[in-house]
Amino acid sequence: MGVKKFVVGNFYDEAVLFPAVKKTRRAGYKIHDVFTPFPIHGLDKAMGLRDTSLHTAGFIYGISGTTLAVGFITWALSIDWQLNFGGKPYFALPAWIPIAFELTVLFAAVGMVLTFCYLCQLAPFVKKDHFNPRSTDDTFVMAVECTEKTNETEAISFLQSVGAQDVQVMYRETGWWIGRYDRDTIRFSKKVEAAN
Amino acid sequence: MSLLRYESQVRPALVHGDKSYHQITEDICRPVETKPSRLWWIGFIISVALLIFGIISVTTEVIYGVGQWNLNKTVGWGWDITNFVWWVGIGHAGTLISAILLLFRQGWRTGVNRAAEAMTIFAVMCAGQFPVWHMGRVWDAFFVLPYPNTRGPLWVNFNSPLLWDVFAISTYFTVSLLFWYSGLLPDLATLRDRAKLKWRKMFYGVASFGWTGSTKHWQRHEALSLVLAGLSTPLVLSVHTIVSFDFATSVVPGWHTTIFPPYFVAGAIFSGFAMVQTLLVVTRKVLGLQEYITIEHVEVMNKVIVLTGSIVGIAYLTELFISWYGASPYENFAFMQNRVNLFSPYGWSYWIMMFCNVASPQVFWSRKMRRNLTVTFFMSILINIGMWFERFVIIVTSIYRDYLPSAWSTYYTPTIWEVGFYLGTFGLFFTCFFLFAKYFPVIAVAEIKHILKRSGDNFKEKMDVIENESTEQFAEEQLHEH
Repeated sequence: MGVKKFVVGNFYDEAVLFPAVKKTRRAGYKIHDVFTPFPIHGLDKAMGLRDTSLHTAGFIYGISGTTLAVGFITWALSIDWQLNFGGKPYFALPAWIPIAFELTVLFAAVGMVLTFCYLCQLAPFVKKDHFNPRSTDDTFVMAVECTEKTNETEAISFLQSVGAQDVQVMYRETGWWIGRYDRDTIRFSKKVEAAN
Repeated sequence: MSLLRYESQVRPALVHGDKSYHQITEDICRPVETKPSRLWWIGFIISVALLIFGIISVTTEVIYGVGQWNLNKTVGWGWDITNFVWWVGIGHAGTLISAILLLFRQGWRTGVNRAAEAMTIFAVMCAGQFPVWHMGRVWDAFFVLPYPNTRGPLWVNFNSPLLWDVFAISTYFTVSLLFWYSGLLPDLATLRDRAKLKWRKMFYGVASFGWTGSTKHWQRHEALSLVLAGLSTPLVLSVHTIVSFDFATSVVPGWHTTIFPPYFVAGAIFSGFAMVQTLLVVTRKVLGLQEYITIEHVEVMNKVIVLTGSIVGIAYLTELFISWYGASPYENFAFMQNRVNLFSPYGWSYWIMMFCNVASPQVFWSRKMRRNLTVTFFMSILINIGMWFERFVIIVTSIYRDYLPSAWSTYYTPTIWEVGFYLGTFGLFFTCFFLFAKYFPVIAVAEIKHILKRSGDNFKEKMDVIENESTEQFAEEQLHEH
């Protein structure tokens, strides 16, 4: 996790943000991320992000739940220890539908939430920086990553021209680290000379 | 752009007042960031006291055995299972609001879903207590799980509705909890970023899992919510269906009814919404959230109540009709003698149920009544009582006089410990709810912001211009926008 340089602009209206995102991409800048206080439909498309395949993962987890339930009950009741319940067959599939269904849902839900947390790298005691704390309140924050080719002053004036306000250059460590939000002074996981 | 957010003027605004995104954050976070009121403390202390009484009652039961309750040879399921079914039923509204109404794209759910989901989780926690402590030797409760054991291994009976219940309730609790908490993450992050106090920053920092609001994360979050809603929808219907199987698959007259699954599900939604009303009518007032949980929200929920209440009423009448039409003397006796006959030992409970669940909700056909908070609150209490009696009627009146008259029990009345246990779950429920209302945002902040520009009062006014526009002009503009 290296420390990188970003040009960060704030937006207060999603109607301004949308065209700005498109223009910034067209101008060839590398958008690191846009932080928003609530989901904005279509912003992922505007940023050129691909669709998530979390649903597919959920489907696979669900199917494994069904298979496990039906497989295990079949083995337990019709192979391992056959018990006669009211003269019903040992392989009493209709009676197993409820549990098979419940396990399908359970596996899909738990699996998806864990996958979601893994993909987004979310966990207790994980600390991440998102440039502006107001981005969970009312501000849409666009962070443009500075590569070797990026001209800083040009990037700033470009963002201002597309409607961003309070455009600043910021040094941030990307990714996450184990940390606490009450220790704001510790900005980076390692002490980096170049940071300031 | 703005046209995509268009919503007809016919629909009432869901957010009242002149709101901006920041104002929404301020309003909803205020109760969390200020000291609790005196009313909160009084309520909280009463709840904790009830909880302690419940713990004492349960401890007594564990020490001396289930004999501490007044259950007898025929009434083996008395208050205990009545309370279980009642709480599970209450735990159905939250997931219905958050899952089914999400799939139906009902915007009004955003104002009430977070609190209703929390209520669901607490209600299911309360419900789970009853079958567990009813086991008597509660230290052997893990026997219900299929694990390799030294008794064979002898597996649990997967064909039994009681085991289905174990899976249904635990799955329902887990999935509801995940759904609720994953929705809370962004709002906890909002609280974290606003926090001034050190402990608050740390607490919400840990609780929000390091949420940032990145677009990619939102995209996944949306996908997750949608799929979880899709999964929860059949789940919520399955849970009470399976609870009803506990009765419906038996051969006890009065229980042996194929109508039970839909009838239980409708009843569950009915009682769940009543409990949501009870809580939210008070919460919105105490926390000053009338602009987010508006009178329109209350009205819509009252419409659901009159619908489900009437479904329940139809189910009661269908049962009665079939018990007569089916001409089974046992069924007939269970319904006509044990229930409908007002002068039979428990006849009174049947008529309380009929009055509270079928007759009284009909006042909600009147718009004026639906929008009256006092009436709503009073009715919600009445419905909760009625739905408790429904379960009591189903359980006790079916089994206290069954096939063999010599086994007919004497009149069943609960002991103080049985009642104490029930009161204790109220303590648990309200203790949790008070803590939730103090430390968590009771309204989904991000979701309210999401609907603000479509359904907010101050934004809807601007839509008038669009509504007055001619169709041709609208089409013209649409054409040129792309």
